[in-house]
Amino acid sequence: MKRKILISGNEAMGEAAIRAGCRFYAGYPITPQNELTAYMANAFQKAGGIFIQPESELAAISMVYGASASGVRAMTSSSSPGISLKQEGISYISGAHIPAVIINVMRAGPGLGNIWPAQSDYFQAVKGGGHGDYHMIVLAPGSVQESFDLTKLAFDLADKYRIASMILSDGILGQIMEALEFDDESKPPQPPEKPWALTGAKDRKPNIVRSLSMKRDEVEKNNLLLQKKYRRIESAEVRFEASGLKDAALAVVAYGSMSRIAKSAVESLRKQGKKVGIFRPITLWPFPKKQLEKLSGKTKKILVVEMSCGQMVEDVRLAAAKSATVGFYGRSGGGIPTEKQVTREILKMLAQKR
Amino acid sequence: MAKNYKRPESLVDVATHYCAGCGHGILHRIVAEVIDELGVREKTIAIAPVGCAVSAYDYWQFDCAEAAHGRALAVATAIKRVQPDKVVFTYQGDGDLAAIGTAETIHAANRGENLTVIFVNNAVYGMTGGQMAPTTLADQKTATTPAGRDVKKEGFPLKISEMLVLLDGVYSVERTSLSTPAGVLVTKKAIKGAFENQIQGKGFSIVEVLSMCPTYWDKSPADSARWIEEVLSQYFKLGKLK
Repeated sequence: MKRKILISGNEAMGEAAIRAGCRFYAGYPITPQNELTAYMANAFQKAGGIFIQPESELAAISMVYGASASGVRAMTSSSSPGISLKQEGISYISGAHIPAVIINVMRAGPGLGNIWPAQSDYFQAVKGGGHGDYHMIVLAPGSVQESFDLTKLAFDLADKYRIASMILSDGILGQIMEALEFDDESKPPQPPEKPWALTGAKDRKPNIVRSLSMKRDEVEKNNLLLQKKYRRIESAEVRFEASGLKDAALAVVAYGSMSRIAKSAVESLRKQGKKVGIFRPITLWPFPKKQLEKLSGKTKKILVVEMSCGQMVEDVRLAAAKSATVGFYGRSGGGIPTEKQVTREILKMLAQKR
Repeated sequence: MAKNYKRPESLVDVATHYCAGCGHGILHRIVAEVIDELGVREKTIAIAPVGCAVSAYDYWQFDCAEAAHGRALAVATAIKRVQPDKVVFTYQGDGDLAAIGTAETIHAANRGENLTVIFVNNAVYGMTGGQMAPTTLADQKTATTPAGRDVKKEGFPLKISEMLVLLDGVYSVERTSLSTPAGVLVTKKAIKGAFENQIQGKGFSIVEVLSMCPTYWDKSPADSARWIEEVLSQYFKLGKLK
C-alpha cells in the first residue's frame, strides 16, 4: 500500500535506510544533519538495529567499515567538517572493496564555516577526498522524495559494486519538509551473498579485509581492479534529468537544491518565450559527461550554477567546452543564488555573442 | 613418547618477517595456542594494527580485518556488536593504541565493549624506524629523541593501562612481560583469561605485554630481555591491575 507523509529530507534518508535493510548506523552530532542521527536511534530502537554514537567521525567511519566487513548494510552521516574527518575511513573502505553508505548534508566551509547550506564539497566527494586512486558513487538528490529514493539506491549500488556510495545533500534539502510517498508494505531487499565477509573461518579459508600488501605488485593489481570496477560503473550507472533542451539556445546545469532554484528561473523564462532548458546531474560520479558532450553539440551556451565558487563547472567544461561556451555563476559560504540572480545571469549569457 | 609441543592450528607454518629477538613471534604463537585451546578458531575475528604486526593475518588461520592506524577498537566494536556470538580481539602496538588511537581505546573501554585487547608495549615505534612512542621511557634514546626523551618537552611515558583501570566499563586489566620463560607463561594465562572473559560476556579485557625490540633499542636479544626486567618493568609495573 502506498503511504504519503510529510517529512524532512534528513528523516527521509533515515526512513530509506531502514527500508533498505540498514542494520548498523554510527554518527557523531553535527548540524544540519542531526535529525537523521536521532531518527536512526529511534528507528533502530523500534525495528532492531545497532546504533552507536561514537567518540568521533574517525571512529564512526571505522565502525561502518567493521559492520560492513561483518556483512550487514551499514551507514554513517555527517556534514562537511565531519565528512573531512571521515576521509581516512572512506579511503580504507574503498581500498578494501567494502560497501558503505555515507551521507553528507553539506554546509558552508572552509573550516568551521557555518551551518548554512552549500555545495562546496563537490571536489571532495567526486575526486576522492582521501588518499589514493579511488571513487565513490555520488548521488545528488533534488527533493525529499529523491533523498529517500536515492538513499535506497545507494545501498543497492554499494552492495552491487562493493563500493562506498555517498548521498550529497545540503542544508536546504536536509531541513526542508515535503511530501514523501513510498510503498509501506515493501520488505527490505535481501542483500546479496557476501562470501568475503568476516563471519568466522568455518569450513573455509580465513577471509581478510584489507587494503595493504607488502608486495608492491599486489597493490598495483588492486588499483587495476578498482579502475575496472569504476569503468563498469561509468558505463552503467549514470543518471540525470533534462528538460526543455530540445530547442534550447542555453542550458543551465545545476544539481541538488541549486537545481530547484535554477529550474524556477528557467521555467519563468520559458513562459516569456526564451529558449532555455535545464540539465540536472543526479549521479555526480559517475558524471554524465557523454550526455553533456552531446548537449554541447547543439546547445552552444551552457551556464553552470552552484552554491560554491565553481567546482562542478570544471567537469562540465571538460565535457562541453570544446563545442559550447561554458559560463558560471555561484555563491559560497552559505550564500544561495536567488531566482532573480540566476535569471539575470541567464539573460546576460543569452545576450552575449559566442 | 607422545609429541605434545606442536604448531597450533591457528598459526600458519611460515617464517615471520620480524627481527631476531622481537616479541611479536612469541605473542602471535601465544594467541594462536589460546584460540586453539578455547576451540574458537572458526568464530574468531582479529583486528590487526598498523605497525610491525600490520600483516599479522599472514600468520593466523582465522578471519582478520585491517584497521586504519589507531582505529582497531572502533572496527572491533562494530564487528562484535553485529556478531556478538563471535570472538573478536584487537592486537595493537603502543603507537596504535596509546597515541593515534587513544580516543578509540578510551571510548571502547568506557562503553564496556565485550572485547579482548592485546596491547604490545615495546616503548618504541618499530615499523617506521624507532621513533618515540607514547610509552618511551624518560631519557630513552629514539630516532626522534636523539638525546633521550626529555619529559619536560615530550611528556612522560603514558600509563594507559592504569588510566583504563579507572573506567567503570573496563572488566580486566593486566600487564605482563615476554622477557623470561616464566613471563611468557604468565602472558599466556593472562591472554587466555582475557578471551574467557569475552566468551563469558564479562566485558572489556586488556592485556598489556612488555615486549622486546632489540633493533630499535640497539641491544642484543638477551640484553633486550634483561632491559625489560631491569628497567622497563620498573616503570610499567607487572601484575593484575584490575
